[in-house]
Parts: sequence; C-alpha cells; structure tokens
Amino acid sequence: MPDISAEQVRHLADLARIDLSDDELTSLTAELAQIVDSVAKVSEVATPDVPATSHPIPMTNVFRDDAVVPGLSVEQALSGAPEREGDFFRVAPILGEEA
Amino acid sequence: MDDLTRLTAADLAQKLSASEVSSEEATRAHLERIASVDPDVHAFLHVASERAIETAKAVDARRASGETLGPLAGVPVAIKDVLCTQDMPSTSGSKILEGWVPPYDATVVRKLREAELIPLGKTNMDEFAMGSSTEHSAFGPTHNPWDLERIPGGSGGGSAAAVAAFEAPLALGSDTGGSIRQPAAVTGSVGVKPTYGGVSRYGAIALASSLDQVGPVTRSVLDAGLLHDVIGGHDPRDSTSIDHEWPSMADAARAGLRDNALKGLRVGVVKEIAGDGEGFQAGVKQRFDETVRLLTAAGAEVVEVSAPSFEYAVAAYYLILPAEASSNLARFDSVRFGMRVNPVSGPVTSERVMAATRDAGFGAEVKRRIILGTYALSAGYYDAYYGSAQKVRTLIQRDFAAAFEQADVLISPAAPTTAFKIGEKVNDPLAMYLNDITTIPANLAGVPGLALPVGLAPEDGLPVGVQLMAPAHEDARLYTVGAALEQLLEAGWGHPLLQSAPSLAQSEMFASEEGAV
Repeated sequence: MPDISAEQVRHLADLARIDLSDDELTSLTAELAQIVDSVAKVSEVATPDVPATSHPIPMTNVFRDDAVVPGLSVEQALSGAPEREGDFFRVAPILGEEA
Repeated sequence: MDDLTRLTAADLAQKLSASEVSSEEATRAHLERIASVDPDVHAFLHVASERAIETAKAVDARRASGETLGPLAGVPVAIKDVLCTQDMPSTSGSKILEGWVPPYDATVVRKLREAELIPLGKTNMDEFAMGSSTEHSAFGPTHNPWDLERIPGGSGGGSAAAVAAFEAPLALGSDTGGSIRQPAAVTGSVGVKPTYGGVSRYGAIALASSLDQVGPVTRSVLDAGLLHDVIGGHDPRDSTSIDHEWPSMADAARAGLRDNALKGLRVGVVKEIAGDGEGFQAGVKQRFDETVRLLTAAGAEVVEVSAPSFEYAVAAYYLILPAEASSNLARFDSVRFGMRVNPVSGPVTSERVMAATRDAGFGAEVKRRIILGTYALSAGYYDAYYGSAQKVRTLIQRDFAAAFEQADVLISPAAPTTAFKIGEKVNDPLAMYLNDITTIPANLAGVPGLALPVGLAPEDGLPVGVQLMAPAHEDARLYTVGAALEQLLEAGWGHPLLQSAPSLAQSEMFASEEGAV
C-alpha cells in the first residue's frame, strides 16, 4: 500500500482549494491509500514501448472561421455572479495582508 | 383513451402527426404521471409544468396551421441536470450550483427545442456525474421503479428512472464511464453512448472531457435512434465534435426489424467481461448466455474474442477521470456563478473563500475524486499514475481494434449485477467503482455502446441488460442489431419488458404495503 500521510492529503486539499475537516482528512487519507493501491496496477502493463493516448478520437488544430459571432451580454455573463458591483464580479481581496 | 404515458415515442409521434392526440394532452398526461409517482421515485430535480404546457400548445398551434414539423415534434422529453438549460436550473446534482440558471442552452438542448420536443424538466444524477447509483446526488437519491428500495444506477439514474416509470418517453443522459448504459441495465430501459464526438458536449457540465458523451435514454431501440438523430451531428462549438456524415439511426433501427437482419452478423463475446469473473451475478450471466444463444439461433456467427487489457480499464479510468475532473471542477471558484461561502474565521481572501465554498458545496465523492486527481497529476507521481493510465488507454484501443477484425459487434453484460439496495455500497468507493467494469472500456476507446434489457434475473426478478459495442463511427450498426435483438426478445416475452414493472399506482402501493404486513 502506498504511503500517503494526512499531511500529504492536507497539502493536496490546499492545492485543490478545498477546506477539509479533521474527520474528512482522516477518512480521505485512508480511502486515498486504498484507491491508489488498487489503481497502481496500471504500471504493470505501461511499458516504455507503449505510446500514451490522451484522446479517443485523435484530432489536431481544430479552428473555426475567423468570423464575429454573438457572445454573452454583460447582463448574461453576470447573471449567476454571487456578488457584483456595476459591470464587475465582486470578490474578496486577492492578497492576504489587506484583510 | 389509451394511457398516453405507456406509448413509445415513435407511436406517440405517429398519433401526434395524425392529430389523434395533441401535444398538450400528451404533455399533461406525463405531468400527471410525474405528480403521481415522482414523490416516490424522485427522478426529477425540477419540473417545468407551465412552460411545458405552453410549449406544447405552441407546437399544436403550428401543426394546426399546416406547418411540417420534425418526427418527434410535440413529444415530451426529460433532460439530465448535467445539461445547461436557460429556462431551468442546472445543478449537475451539486449544492454548489443549487438554483443556478445558465445564460445559454447546451447544443443538444437547443436541438431538442428546434425539433419541437417538449422539455418536462431536469433529472436527478450523482453529483457532477460521479457515481453509479444516484446516491451521490446532493438532493437525495432516485429510487428504482422496479423496487423503490433499490438504486436506479448512475450517474443518470434520474433519466433512466423517468423513462422506466413512464414519467417521460424520452430522456437525455451523459455517459463518462457507463452513466447511460448501467442505469439502463438496472431499470430495464435502453441507453446509448454514441461514438465520442458524435454528439456535442457544448453546455454539458464537464466531468472528464476526454470521456464524456451525451446520448439518448428511452424504452425502445427505435426511440433511441429517433432521439439520436435529433441531437447528433457536428457542432463547431465543441472542438472534439466529429465532422462526419452520419446515417439516420432511426432508419438503422428500422432496418433491424426486417427478416434475417442478424443473419451472418459476426458477434464477438469479450471473454474478459462475459460474466464469468468475480463480481458477476449468476442471473446476469444466465440471461447474457441465453441472449447469445438467441443471436446464434437467429443466424449470427458468435465468436469469442479476447481483450486482455480490459482488466486494467477500471484502474486506468479512476486515474484519468479524477485527473480531468480535478481540472474541470476548478471552475467552481465562487466568483462567476454558484455558491459563495466565507471562511468562519481568519482573513477573508479570495483563495480562502474559494476553499470554504468548495468545502461547503462539494459532496464526499466529489472531494475524494478531486483529491485523487490532484494526487495523480502531482510532480513525482504523474508518470507512474496518469502517464501509465494513458498507456493503458492505448492498449485498450488496440484490443478493440483486434476484436473488431473478428467481429462486427461485441457483446457483454451491461452491468455485473442487478440493482442493489440503496445504502449497500455508498460507503465503499471501490465496490461502487466496479459497477462500471463492463462499460468503461468503450469510454476509454471512444467507441459507441448500446444497452438494452434482456430479461429478469431469476434470483431477484430485477432487470438484466446487455451491452452491444461497435467500432467508432459505426453507431448505426448498434441500432440495427439492437432493434433486431429487441424484437426477438419481445416476441419471446409477448410484450416489452417494462410492461412487467410495478405500475406504481397509488392503490397498488397500498395493497403491497398491506400484503407485507
């Protein structure tokens, strides 16, 4: 079983921007180790000579015509905003020291 | 008058175009059915009654004025909540999007409206389509119409239950690892995952972009073909959409109803997922074997094919899916749409608001998969996990290519078991993940798959489904073979399988409760 610590899960949760309670952290640490253990078998057959596939139906350079088409209006774009100010999305400060 | 909710979409469309019934009557009949059974089934998260009746009246008026309408004009349809609808909330089963009404329609929804179908409402699903039972919906589980204590499959349990409970003749689903086909199997309905890129993903709230595909959920193969014809085709707004001339899937289904449609067809039984392995229920295996014999008797040549890499499909899937999901779900940042929650203590910064929001807005399975995906993509592990999973994907594609040298279509059970009890697997993620063991390979390779009912398991009387798979772009083949097989099976039963399902009428429910006492 891979060695996954609670500290490591806390770090992953920080990267993923999810606050976790201590209980969630404990259960996720155990579950993650179990799941990773069961999916790690992919390395058994993933030998260096096998190319990777990222996409089921390969396509390259999908472009549209360079023509102007209607987009969302400002009102539409802001219609779901949790908070707005004028024509802007209003958010909390980006930098911690201003709080 | 016959109960309009019992008709197939094809039959209802016929009556509508002959003006024997109006769309308003058909729509009201389905809304009444929803009002009567959905408190128990909970297939719907939102029912748009007034809007549906208005739309139906408008279609009736256009028909009365002599306009030529599309083949499914006036037929009601249910829409999985993963699809954006500009007149109905679109939550993807998540608290983080509760009440969110998108400013635009998904392309498939726009196509439904242009074809004059009548949207009834939005159907329940596992949160962000992560699950195989609909128990991970933030708004409570959907119940299987065959037995209300059991799961309807997932993630599209709501769409499957809606058609199986005769609340809608048609529904849309989305299938990332089996979310259309596995619910079809456990509810006795029909579901199709088209070739990747065959149906637009624009406006489908993304789970795993290289796997997601929208498709039809119905009670007959022909109905699925009719709905596929409405939603399929190239969409410049989806860069993975295939620019391809597709034949009519409805015509392909009708071709299957002709005599000798199966004669000479090469059917490959995939040894690794043919029902012999651990985790397959005996009654599923029995009905599957009977189906294979039925195909042989109808003139098909059955061959055994081997796909050794399928053994690694579930493992590869649970690396690729969480990796893509962890990236896709980063858009739920509390800035542009959805929930916003401030941290209970400490400085209020955008970053901390985002983390508090995602803690409050995401359920346990979503958190689990985002963390797993973040792990799989992190430095030092990327090659071992995500990179290896992508190589397995190549091996699975090669297995399909070799199998399709020997066979025109492949067949397997559509799910390893019949519907299990609500609560039975919800706290065991690994057990839940194995429900998609037969459906995942098609998503990894991008090939189309169709699930249809083949009978009831003797041990529990619950529906069993098989899955047909064809090479990429050959969706039409599935409809021809599926319709032919469906016709053979129904000739044996004397009626469609869903006719054996409990009626869910109030009086019968009370009767069964009394019987239990």
